[in-house]
Amino acid sequence: MLNRKKIQDLMTEPGCATNQAKSDKERKKGCAKQLTPGAAAGGCAFDGAKIALQPITDVVHLVHGPIACEGNSWDTRNVGSSGPELYRRGFTTDMTNLDIVNGGEKKLYKAIKQAIAKHKPPAVFVYQTCVTALIGDDVVAVCRAATQRLGVPVIPVEAPGFVGSKNLGNRLAGEALIDYVIGTQEPDDAGPYDINILGEYNVAGEMAIVKVLLDRLGIRLRTAITGDARYNDVAAAHTARANMVVCSQALVTLARKMKERWGIPYFEGSFYGISDTSEALREITRMLIEQGADPELMDRTEALIAEEEAKTWAAMEPYRARLAGKRVLLYTGGVKSWSVIHALQEMGMEVVGSSVRKSTEADKQKALERLGGDEDKLVDAIAPKDMYAMFKEGRADIMLSGGRSQFVALKAKTPWLDINQERHHQYAGYQGMITLVQQMDQALSNPIWEQVRRPAPWDIEE
Amino acid sequence: MALIVSHGHSVTSNPLKLSAPLGASMAFMGMDQTMPLLHGSQGCTAFALVMLVRHFREAIPLQTTAMNEVSTILGGMDQVEQALLNIAKRTKPKIIGLISTALTETRGEDMKGDLKLILERNPELADVKVIPVSAPDFSGSLETGWGKAVTAIIDTLAEPASAKQQDSKTVNILPGVHMTPGDIETLVDLVEEFGLKANVLPDLSGSVDGHVPDHFIPTTYGGATVETARNLGRAKLTIAIGEHMRISAETLQKKTGVPYVLFDRLTGLEASDRLMVCLSNAAGKPVPAKIRRARSQLIDSMLDGHFYFGGRKFAVAGEPDFLWTWGKLISDMGGELVAAVTPVHAAHLSELPCQQVIIGDFQDLEDQILEAGGADLVISNTNARLSCQALGVPHFRAGFPVYDRLGGAHRVHVGYRGTRDLIFQLANVLIDNPDHGHGPVPHSAEHDHAAAPALG
Repeated sequence: MLNRKKIQDLMTEPGCATNQAKSDKERKKGCAKQLTPGAAAGGCAFDGAKIALQPITDVVHLVHGPIACEGNSWDTRNVGSSGPELYRRGFTTDMTNLDIVNGGEKKLYKAIKQAIAKHKPPAVFVYQTCVTALIGDDVVAVCRAATQRLGVPVIPVEAPGFVGSKNLGNRLAGEALIDYVIGTQEPDDAGPYDINILGEYNVAGEMAIVKVLLDRLGIRLRTAITGDARYNDVAAAHTARANMVVCSQALVTLARKMKERWGIPYFEGSFYGISDTSEALREITRMLIEQGADPELMDRTEALIAEEEAKTWAAMEPYRARLAGKRVLLYTGGVKSWSVIHALQEMGMEVVGSSVRKSTEADKQKALERLGGDEDKLVDAIAPKDMYAMFKEGRADIMLSGGRSQFVALKAKTPWLDINQERHHQYAGYQGMITLVQQMDQALSNPIWEQVRRPAPWDIEE
Repeated sequence: MALIVSHGHSVTSNPLKLSAPLGASMAFMGMDQTMPLLHGSQGCTAFALVMLVRHFREAIPLQTTAMNEVSTILGGMDQVEQALLNIAKRTKPKIIGLISTALTETRGEDMKGDLKLILERNPELADVKVIPVSAPDFSGSLETGWGKAVTAIIDTLAEPASAKQQDSKTVNILPGVHMTPGDIETLVDLVEEFGLKANVLPDLSGSVDGHVPDHFIPTTYGGATVETARNLGRAKLTIAIGEHMRISAETLQKKTGVPYVLFDRLTGLEASDRLMVCLSNAAGKPVPAKIRRARSQLIDSMLDGHFYFGGRKFAVAGEPDFLWTWGKLISDMGGELVAAVTPVHAAHLSELPCQQVIIGDFQDLEDQILEAGGADLVISNTNARLSCQALGVPHFRAGFPVYDRLGGAHRVHVGYRGTRDLIFQLANVLIDNPDHGHGPVPHSAEHDHAAAPALG
């Protein structure tokens, strides 16, 4: 059905920090966690693959399966584009009874053909799903035939939901890129200041903030993989001089393979938090200089960091008095917890808990340092019931999390701030931290809290 | 009057169809202390969950049997068993709705047979009513799944009543998936105006109507209970709303002997009149003065509002009974239905007052509007926003999902008052946008803003 070896390799990725920290025996077991039926949360591998590739804005993303896979999910992630809008359209073969009985390969081929005829994209990504994998539709063969006959690259993404988690899907998406896309085009403008950012999806369009910083240093972002990306830029990503991996658990395998194949060095960093942003800029600069860029770049980088850090702390200063002493529950996987913890603590806030569900061992250590070695504050997952109790008992004043846990906080009449993919504010870079602090202040100081918490007149005891 | 035609494309572009398991899950949202459980891979649940959370703005209980590669090949019975045991232990629901998906149905699993064995060998599941629903994604749409789930609930729980138990003052209500919590609340009020009691199944107005409980509940909170379902057999009459509820009403009649009346819709003067006559007959009472007054107000709103509908062009995209309800209202008011798109075949749509009904997607909606030389208003869910922006047509959000407007749960579409208020809401948008209907215009931010009707 699928390449078991490929999945096994992804599960034992040598470039993964979590894996490096494991014993030989543990590492061989791989990182696949068995899900508990009836007590599982989170997306499937298809979901993960789609998340990782859909931000490529100018292509057709075609989902080969019954309606649930695309019909229940299209255009729901708030990832931005600075140009093409094609990626927001939902395309699917909408497999019905008869299609399943007959097999879906012909329908898939026709669907690819119709989508190309109508939209003339530079490429089509075809996503395999549970049902079409189960009935044995050979999407690789169909994509190969379509590429040859229609003259447009058609890329198979083999990540049906049942093979595993969202995270595995991210990685399988990376495999599709390395197998079919990256290195297929030679740009005529490659230069010594080109980089890629891997695992950055341009949520709320926040890459604009990062791009401004890079532009000021004369560093060119060849492409993000895949935020606000164009197909041709991804295909030429192998000409960059350095790779930064921002969501290490998703695409570190891709970074390692790009290093092996094209000698592109990579590092893991983050643009969330002030100190992290500075570190990331320094590391990019260091790598580019190593690769032949002018060493004076480092002076300019340091100057920019000094200027931006001073400006940012100054802009955040007025909020310190208002936020000091407030207790925050940080419940997310996507944002590197420890560096946001730093910024919150600088504001005088107390972080009462931080989830490290999706963090690497090194990240956990850093977060732990920040939290004064208090292991109780590092949580894996909190049951909604316990989370609700934390708010009801007043152990946290605000929660920063994703949309799904939103109503646990709100129903407990507690301020909440979205810091995941459905959010509408940009939290990356220096500017992003200022926005985050402003948003927290707005949430906490809203007058509704006092009103909604007040008991009804007839419930007040005399 | 209308020709029903399939769009005939292999590729679906901007899907209008929503999955049947999602519809089935929604039905269980209207059951009290319930945990719906999708038998599929975890993505099936994750996508449905996110959609329900965003639409209702509520914490939504929904679990998964978490099918993996091994169980996909060897069979999912163990996954079902473990899931049921885990849910029973952790969240202690009264009801678990066990819903199949395309994955498990393509495998050809005998979910009902498996469930029987599981229940026999696990006494700890004795206190939970497990209701199996076959609703594969590859067959039908949101309404299909909702109808199948309601039918399964009736099948599993409803009991015939003894002569002594029969209650001539009770009326069953089987609402369709296109009805909001506000609709159900209003309908129950109307029934009570006649001195009757309403037994509603499923009852979204008790659960996802946006209330704030004072402690944490891991299952649904509010809605129809096991008792409600059991007592369906005692009622004098069943009122079902929407063609997709026919199978549920019929099943109930077969099982308990309670006769049913199926309303194709409860929106509009004529439809509301039928409802009042029905309730009046059931109660043996004349229509109360308050309701007669409301009828008069609706007539006045039609007199005031018809100016803005006459000669205007409307496009409606949605599930069959959603399309039916809105399409008929538009034509009742003198508007022209120039585009009608629905995701699945439904025979009654041939009676819609338009040239054709397309079984298709939002691309078809766009094509239809272009063919008609433009439209004045699109009535559809949030997913129509890309099409509306591209064509520069105002977008009246309705149906499921609507996640970029507030108050959808409380909007009322039924009865004299509901229709009166709908006419006002629609007319106000049409007043705001007098110049549409002349083909696509470039999209602007200001325009988008103007297209946003205030709801609630």
